[in-house]
Amino acid sequence: MKKPAVSRSLIGRIRLYQVLLLLVMLALWHVLVQTGMLPKFFFGEPGKVFATMFDWFASGEIWPHLGITLLETLLAFFVGLVLGVLVGLWLGLSHTASLLLDPYIKALNAMPRVILGPIFVVWFGLGIWSKVMLGVTLVFCIVFFNVFQGVREVNPNILASARMLGANSRQLLRTVYLPSATSWVFSSLHTSVGMAFVGAVIGEYLGSARGVGYLILQAEAVFDVSAVFAGIIVLTIFALLLDWCVTLIEKRLLAWKPG
Amino acid sequence: MRREPVAGSPALALHGITCKFENYTAVADTSLVVADGEFVSVVGPTGCGKSTLLNVAAGLLEPTEGRVEVFGSPLLGLNSMAGYMFQADALMPWRTALGNVMVGLEYRGVPGEEARRRAADWLERVGLGGHGHRYPHQLSGGMRKRTALAQTLILDPRILLMDEPFSALDIQTRQLMENELLELWSADRKSVVFITHDLEEAISLSDRVVVLSAGPATHPISDFVIDLPRPRDVSEIRLTQRFLELHQQIWSTMRDEVLKAYAFNRVAP
Repeated sequence: MKKPAVSRSLIGRIRLYQVLLLLVMLALWHVLVQTGMLPKFFFGEPGKVFATMFDWFASGEIWPHLGITLLETLLAFFVGLVLGVLVGLWLGLSHTASLLLDPYIKALNAMPRVILGPIFVVWFGLGIWSKVMLGVTLVFCIVFFNVFQGVREVNPNILASARMLGANSRQLLRTVYLPSATSWVFSSLHTSVGMAFVGAVIGEYLGSARGVGYLILQAEAVFDVSAVFAGIIVLTIFALLLDWCVTLIEKRLLAWKPG
Repeated sequence: MRREPVAGSPALALHGITCKFENYTAVADTSLVVADGEFVSVVGPTGCGKSTLLNVAAGLLEPTEGRVEVFGSPLLGLNSMAGYMFQADALMPWRTALGNVMVGLEYRGVPGEEARRRAADWLERVGLGGHGHRYPHQLSGGMRKRTALAQTLILDPRILLMDEPFSALDIQTRQLMENELLELWSADRKSVVFITHDLEEAISLSDRVVVLSAGPATHPISDFVIDLPRPRDVSEIRLTQRFLELHQQIWSTMRDEVLKAYAFNRVAP
């Protein structure tokens, strides 16, 4: 089913209102702190926030930090993805193993995994690996559960059909289980990339020497709330860009899915 | 009307097959023999265990009792002589039509280029030339059935097992597909077991129609030779006198079973 076509002029108007809404909110923020209705100390000032951001980009100070955060995010994503797919396939296909590990899987799923952050700092130090590992943990869980589900819910008709067409167990894995699980992984791509990012930033915030999370931590330490907001805004824009990239990749890889 | 067992080894022979699921008996003591090159339809009321029987013939399901022979040798594991066309869609949604048709050749280790060429050839034969790059969701129901047919036939199985393959199609598309199936079949006369609940479809396609009783504990109750001349056109043959006679004859034995099945399904939750 296609959505009814929205006319171009309507989209244009909506975009205009979206920008206006943003400006109104910024103006409101500015007025509220300037008139003293909100304390500057806690809420910062929009002018200062943008000045800080401008400084960061103009001096180029922000780039190494963004680079590190991006590197951590990507490493966490790919390592978590590979581990999640492997373990998900294994447990999905091995009935005994999944029965044995069932309570532990439930526990892993229920646990607030961000809490592993401090342990990883102790184990892997203040460099990028403690952040990567936190991200890996978060990504792994999402990918693992999707693959596990995907393997167990493979269409039995397709499975029987492939067997009748002569597939051996390795060929079944490659041509039926893996593609079926992959479609589940892709459906969670946005969440898992987001989680890798969360892992990186939280990890930096818990203790680090570089990264956008570190910038925020630093700003907070000297009570520079405007810089904290600037960091948050940079992170948000960055996350939106990342999400947009995922959408592009997804469109290419999932061409077979009904629109 | 009962046909004598064929001399030589039949393509497919089910002897005394019983299938129980926990305490429900789906199929009871059923024997069915399909000669080499014979087109046999199995008809029966909905939910009577027709598919169970076909799964046994395919080796996908082990019967509780009884044995299966394929060209004289006992069946162990999957029936490698058989191609299976499922009732529901069994195409891989992540592969294009061409990719789906060539997958069986891939499993057999046929080199990619050759597999692709032969698959394209088969797509042409089922009337889908130029649609090879499309994914299943971009094809109509009839086109998906054609793809599935090509996917099965490309491996040139000696036995073709078909489980209500056209039941989801509209009547015009269905008759078109039936005619095409007959044409493809007449080229090399594979043995066919065609499951359907549509008696007209069964008569117009087959050499022989086997009627199953209503479930539970389904078993064959009668067996009719269809002596209509070939080649046939499924929509024209339905208007001939002989077709109507056969239809009446078979329907009179089938009607009671359909009513029984209806009553059973109404009582059973």
